[in-house]
Amino acid sequence: MKISGWGRYPVLEVQTHKPRDMDAVRDCVLSQPTLIARGNGRAYGDSAINPSATLDMRRLNRMLAFDPQNGQLVAEAGVLLGDIISAFLSRGWFLWVTPGTKFVTLGGAIAADVHGKNHHKDGSFRSSVDWIDLMGPDGVVRRCSRHSDPSLFDHTLGGMGLTGIILRAAIQLRPVESGWIRQTTIPTPNLKATIAAFETARDASYSVAWIDCLASGDKIGRSILKLGEHATRRALPAAQALSPFSIPRKRRLSVPVDLPGLTLNAYTLRAFNALYYKTGTRTSGEHLVDWDSYFYPLDAIHGWNRIYGRNGLAQFQCVLPLARSEAGLGALLSEIAKVGSGSFLAVLKRFGQQQSAFSFPMEGYTLALDFPVNPKTLALLERLDKIVLDHEGRFYLAKDSRMSAATLHASDPRVAAFMAHRNRHGLAQRFLSAQSERLSL
Amino acid sequence: MTKPAVLILGARSDIARAVAHKFAALGHPLQLAARNVDRLKADKTDIELRYDVPVTLHACDALAIKTHADFVATLPELPQIAICAIGLMGRQSDHEHDIVAATRIMRSNYEGPASLLSHLANQFEKRGNGTLVGISSVAGERGRASNYIYGSAKAGFTAFLSGLRNRLARRGVHVVTVLPGFVATQMTDGLDLPARLTAQPNEVADAILRAVKRKQDVIYVRRVWRLIMGLIRLIPERMFKGMKI
Ligand SMILES: Cc1cc2nc3c(=O)[nH]c(=O)nc-3n(C[C@H](O)[C@H](O)[C@H](O)COP(=O)(O)OP(=O)(O)OC[C@H]3O[C@@H](n4cnc5c(N)ncnc54)[C@H](O)[C@@H]3O)c2cc1C
Ligand SMILES: NC(=O)c1ccc[n+]([C@@H]2O[C@H](COP(=O)([O-])OP(=O)(O)OC[C@H]3O[C@@H](n4cnc5c(N)ncnc54)[C@H](OP(=O)(O)O)[C@@H]3O)[C@@H](O)[C@H]2O)c1
Repeated sequence: MKISGWGRYPVLEVQTHKPRDMDAVRDCVLSQPTLIARGNGRAYGDSAINPSATLDMRRLNRMLAFDPQNGQLVAEAGVLLGDIISAFLSRGWFLWVTPGTKFVTLGGAIAADVHGKNHHKDGSFRSSVDWIDLMGPDGVVRRCSRHSDPSLFDHTLGGMGLTGIILRAAIQLRPVESGWIRQTTIPTPNLKATIAAFETARDASYSVAWIDCLASGDKIGRSILKLGEHATRRALPAAQALSPFSIPRKRRLSVPVDLPGLTLNAYTLRAFNALYYKTGTRTSGEHLVDWDSYFYPLDAIHGWNRIYGRNGLAQFQCVLPLARSEAGLGALLSEIAKVGSGSFLAVLKRFGQQQSAFSFPMEGYTLALDFPVNPKTLALLERLDKIVLDHEGRFYLAKDSRMSAATLHASDPRVAAFMAHRNRHGLAQRFLSAQSERLSL
Repeated sequence: MTKPAVLILGARSDIARAVAHKFAALGHPLQLAARNVDRLKADKTDIELRYDVPVTLHACDALAIKTHADFVATLPELPQIAICAIGLMGRQSDHEHDIVAATRIMRSNYEGPASLLSHLANQFEKRGNGTLVGISSVAGERGRASNYIYGSAKAGFTAFLSGLRNRLARRGVHVVTVLPGFVATQMTDGLDLPARLTAQPNEVADAILRAVKRKQDVIYVRRVWRLIMGLIRLIPERMFKGMKI
């Protein structure tokens, strides 16, 4: 069977297994020379692909226990974050940390140690994880947490499936009074202003900026910054306050076929980005937005990854340390504007401090972009890698499909310790992905 | 208002699990029956947690015909809707010369499900209402070399459902025949199925809920299958016997 990540590049011929219980997972672990776990395939590149054995974990998707006293949910790794919201939002619980799509599994969220728009306040997904049950290469299940087997816990969060198979986990849910977000929109004219606005908004629960990455000259870095707060019941208009967790039903759009790669050329992109910025400036101020539109705008367009055409898309996400952020972002954005083959939407977020062995975030700014895969953009991405290295930044493996091992090893001094952990526990020969092979992890 | 109970036979099946979630999401209490009921404990907790509906578990082996009357009699309440997802396919090549194994396929797809539904039908008839859903298969529409053992049993089951529907039509009891084509489940794991013709368990579940609600009689899942099977049935036997399909 041929599979790929969300970016549909690269596409590989793969042997998949779909275990439906722990025994079946153990059979795979004990019988396959090498393997990797796969969640809902929302990582963009080849993180969740092992040609000789890829374990589709989505059948292990049961919720096992919930404690309404402290908000702890125990669930199997294949449960989707969207299912957790469906089950618990109406009872007043949301996720502490969520990525920009709800179609990811609990296992995938842990393995990539995903971040949301609140990293500066609440940290990565790790903050909400109490413990993880992980199956090692010997088929034995170990429960790890901050207190028991902390090294396994640390390496599994952000370990991209390379420390074993996550079977279950206990996570904390966040109490909320409604399904609505009070959103404040702030247009900013250039990079300096964008960063200043982020720093001023350090107390906001959520913050994210959409950068017009085709703006050039003194407009480089102009953005629409969006701040958000969970709306209390009292902040809702009467109509919503009656049933604070229900939101209007949405029409789901879908992209049924691959659009020819040409649709996204410099002109359409420039027009789109300019339009987005304009609309943003016009709608500045405070609005009430439902949770689905606020956290998951792209989920409303089924199969949106197809707009990049048959060759697929490559994501690029880096983080730059705080002190180097402005200079580094300026250099990255100038390089992209110069080529003009920019990204549909470029996203900027502020990270706070991060504790972990191998997770992506560090305190500073993170920029995420996507590009259609073609020789021109692949060459551009190489140049962007270089800029990130020059500014001591690093790269998000959940988005990567093309970086070289040399780049990764140069960017992240933690790689050696991660590899040592893998070797010490007999993981390096068993849990492999196409990505870990490409990056010599 | 509490909704009526739904009984699912063969509740460990991937299609059955999808059906269970959909009915639970609508607020129906569930009775889940399977031959290995211990393995359903996690599903019970899962469904109760997600949808806040009561779920009961019941041991039921389709091949233990003599236990079926008791099984139905001891359900906590007679359900309003009963769905049978029990089925067994295996590999045809293993069954061509192992006739005992072949009869097991025949009994698991026809005799067992028909027996269970017969007991339920009689109770439903007595009560004067209810809906029975049998999951059969397009494999029963014409016997093919590659799948006729399973297919013939499904053909029997399809005919049984049709007759049962006819018998109960004026008694307030509705019978739905579900004819899926390919479905991506553990039954078909490892087979190289054409994506366009292959439904996900969720699609089958949606179709079943729709059929129950609208009192449809026979449904195909992915409607092209109606066309495909229509054409396959039209091929003259003289030609058909020489074909590889
Ligand atoms: C539209 C969109 C928006 C996104 N926004 C964000 C964002 O804002 N922030 C962010 O951090 N990420 C974001 N992502 C990336 C996404 O959150 C991560 O890639 C996530 O890991 C995907 O989860 P998945 O279940 O699809 O896992 P997959 O993509 O299938 O796998 C991802 C990794 O997790 C491992 N894995 C999965 N399940 C298990 C398991 N049971 N045991 C061990 N390892 C496992 C795999 O081996 C692989 O390395 C976004 C992706 C998309 C498509
Ligand atoms: N998948 C397809 O392509 C396809 C196509 C057309 C029709 N169908 C039909 O759809 C239905 C559901 O199948 P599925 O695809 O979801 O596959 P499945 O997961 O294999 O489901 C079949 C179920 O039948 C149960 N079963 C078998 N023998 C039994 C017995 N003697 N007593 C009790 N239960 C028994 C199995 O129980 P255990 O879990 O205990 O093994 C299993 O849960 C079946 O009737 C199948 O024939 C499937």
